[in-house]
Amino acid sequence: MTERQQFSTFLVDGFLFGIEVEKVHEVASGAEITPVPLAPSMVRGLINLRGQIVTAIDLRECLQRGQRSADNPPIHLIVYTDDGFASLLVDQVDDVMEIDEDTFEPPPETLHGRFRELIRGTYKLAGRLLLVLDAEAVMNGISVAIPGQSDGVYEGVASGSPLQS
Amino acid sequence: MRDAPDPVCEAGLEREHMDDMGAIVKEFILESGENLDQLDRDLVELEKNPTDGNTLASIFRTIHSIKGASGFLGFSKLGAITHVGESLLSRLRDGSLVINPQIANRLLALMDGLRQMLSHIDKTGVEGDADYSALVEDLTHLQQIEPTAAPPATPPKRLPGTSSSAAAQPIDLNDETVTETALPQKEARATTDERNLDAPPERKETQNITSSQGNVRVDVRQLDVLMNLVGELVLARNEILQISSIHEDSALVSILQHLNFITTELQEGIMKTRMQPIDNVWNKFPRMVRDLAFQRGKKIRLEMEGNATELDKILIEAIKDPLMHVVRNSIDHGLETPDKRALVGKSAEGRLLLRAFHEGGQVNIEISDDGAGINIPEVKRKALERGLLTSDQARLMDDQEVMKLIFLPGFSTSEKITDISGRGVGMDVVKTNIERIGGKISIQSEPGQGTTLKIRIPLTLTIIPALIVTAGGDRYAIPQVNVLELVRLEEDEIGTGIEKIQNSSVYRLRGDLLPLVWLNVELNVENRPRDTCAAAGIEIVNIIVLRADGNKFGLVVDGVEDIQEIVVKALGKQLRGIATFAGATIMGDGTVALILDVVGLALHARVLAKLREQKPAAEERPEAQRFEEIEKLLLFEGPDDTRMAISLDFVTRLQEFASSSIERTGSQEVVQYRGTILPLERIATLLPERRLRPRRSKSKAEMNETLQAVIYSKDGRSGALVVGRILDTVEQNISNRCPPSRKGVLASAVIQGRVTEILDPEVICAGLSSLSHANQALVEAKV
Repeated sequence: MTERQQFSTFLVDGFLFGIEVEKVHEVASGAEITPVPLAPSMVRGLINLRGQIVTAIDLRECLQRGQRSADNPPIHLIVYTDDGFASLLVDQVDDVMEIDEDTFEPPPETLHGRFRELIRGTYKLAGRLLLVLDAEAVMNGISVAIPGQSDGVYEGVASGSPLQS
Repeated sequence: MRDAPDPVCEAGLEREHMDDMGAIVKEFILESGENLDQLDRDLVELEKNPTDGNTLASIFRTIHSIKGASGFLGFSKLGAITHVGESLLSRLRDGSLVINPQIANRLLALMDGLRQMLSHIDKTGVEGDADYSALVEDLTHLQQIEPTAAPPATPPKRLPGTSSSAAAQPIDLNDETVTETALPQKEARATTDERNLDAPPERKETQNITSSQGNVRVDVRQLDVLMNLVGELVLARNEILQISSIHEDSALVSILQHLNFITTELQEGIMKTRMQPIDNVWNKFPRMVRDLAFQRGKKIRLEMEGNATELDKILIEAIKDPLMHVVRNSIDHGLETPDKRALVGKSAEGRLLLRAFHEGGQVNIEISDDGAGINIPEVKRKALERGLLTSDQARLMDDQEVMKLIFLPGFSTSEKITDISGRGVGMDVVKTNIERIGGKISIQSEPGQGTTLKIRIPLTLTIIPALIVTAGGDRYAIPQVNVLELVRLEEDEIGTGIEKIQNSSVYRLRGDLLPLVWLNVELNVENRPRDTCAAAGIEIVNIIVLRADGNKFGLVVDGVEDIQEIVVKALGKQLRGIATFAGATIMGDGTVALILDVVGLALHARVLAKLREQKPAAEERPEAQRFEEIEKLLLFEGPDDTRMAISLDFVTRLQEFASSSIERTGSQEVVQYRGTILPLERIATLLPERRLRPRRSKSKAEMNETLQAVIYSKDGRSGALVVGRILDTVEQNISNRCPPSRKGVLASAVIQGRVTEILDPEVICAGLSSLSHANQALVEAKV
């Protein structure tokens, strides 16, 4: 008996992606996004998810797939990460698919660039490929290091802003 | 059919039992940790008063209960080590040994060992295989030492305090009620039946009950969850209040008032649960001070007042390291060695006082010592050596200003780098960290008398009042604690109010130059160039005067909304690197707004770095002394062989023109320069001449000479000032100045041995608009 895994699937610039269904919290749309100036371009902004502030990350930007057309508002795919919730902005949300593990293949050698960094592998579906997105890799690929930030460090004790703790 | 126990059920029971054990072990570790902290303090206390039977009894009891629990829980190694310690303590207790620094050191080392083992148990569940045999050997060895000075006058099987004396004097232990209530009993028993002392587990239990009566141990995370929920409630209330302002329904309004009241009460109540006494930080100090004093060969008496002063848990965490650093500094730099103190007639023992109290909704913490005080000349010398100020600045500074130098980055007066302090990451980090939590730090010092450091911090951080502003179409929250005042410039004030020094704008706020920062420019949300601020397009400029790191700057925003209580929420880790933001909050309408980190913003805008450079000399000078800041001057010859100077900051370049190239538009002299037409001013016409009939200095023969001109610019407009002859540029503080001799002159001063008039750039720049009209009128009148 082959193991089966459920994936939430979605589309980004025509590509079919999937994330393990247990990592997806919910799908939201229409949330008002507050932009974060000076943030990396992948960060579209912040949304209010029932009182929680969630960072919205544009997968188009992460995958370098160009701008989404204005008449196609992005859908928030809210996922669990090590650092709490995050919102991945996708073009369109598809079904939950149950897939045999034995159709899995590691990323093809020919895959380059961001796709290679952010994709854990592919499932061969009838007629198309499902790309498995590595949400942690997406999150870890985004960080800001502002030079000259004067965060004083005591010996052995990093002293960040308490507001952020 | 229940002939065999259900395996599933059994496993379940087993797990349950394990969980129970786990909980007991956790409880044991937590409690022992607190007990060890108390032991540290008690040991230090005992070392000071070796005959204090109460303290000794308390130490003995605590160690004994740790030993008992270790045996019960099966931590044999822990039990064995505490046993050795207990044996040594019993020698102290029966009076056959008297505590000395050596014994105290080993006992403190024992506490450290126990701490290590406990933390290992906490992490892994087992004792670990660290080797404590050397410690055990030392402790055993100390017991074998013959009783030295201890006179066996009292029977060896008695407590040194004896029950009668302990009962007679009122017990003045102030920190633990348990000790007070438990002691008399215990001592009474001790005299009647010595062996009972070795079996106090029941008593231990009763103590537990007394200490926890009315108290519940709550997981801090649980409190954080509650705090978050209250935060949500506050936000929900704000949303409803906003909606209710649209609908006018009296029933709704009255319910809302009730909701509002309850929410506020609840918020305060929950906030109180997060309050912790400052003693949670301070209880580490007796041990630390003792060890450091020992190391440095100093004698120090630590006094603490207001241990029960409460503040938010987060703040307690945040002030821990800064306070430690300050205390270390006092011991290392402030307090002198006993022989040095004797030389100046002070008692051999230095005094270090920590004081905490509430005042005006803030927590005040003072750290004072009666040491040598801050060595002003030494601080100056170091600051000069490290290039933190110029010798001219140093000469002008008063003592208070010099003291503030120790807060500058890269300042450290310690000759050698010690492990205690003097790493050069000293007081500036302390200051930054205190200011990060909205606090302030100030310093007072009297040479030979001591130093006092005062810290003021707010009670809580999670819900803060903030000013809501807009920039580039979005809202931002500025913590109210950073906001000093709001300045609103109407259309006609903008042109004159905002001035430019090279590339940066300043606003003159009651005589102080306030560097201006455009929020939309800094955040890159709108590309409005700074230069056009004075252009006609903008009707109103809102300046928020902010305090960052002790410096002031003005933040120009598009709009100012109101002051609101906001709930600070952390940003995701992808955004934490952006120093400009301290977090985010949810507004009444449900949208998210970012909270500005004022210090981070100032650093981002480089206004802080700039301020830090010029700060020593420029801080809060009255208007009359403004020109002292002028450091770089351009020297030139004025009319009639006089000497004049102007600040180089206003000069964009020097240019020579043939006098034949001067043209006229109307009555205004102009000259073509790089494709633009520059208005031309002459010193002689610009300044009111004192002479009634000005000497005719220019003849027709001079028409073909080359004129030297200074090109200056202001608000994007340039002009040329014809001067006699460019002489030099000088960099100096004008200390020997006289009041201005006439209008248009800031001051007269002796520069390079000559009396020199320093021109007011304002007057020259005013020539770009108004003065040219005035001149025109003047010329017309003459004609």
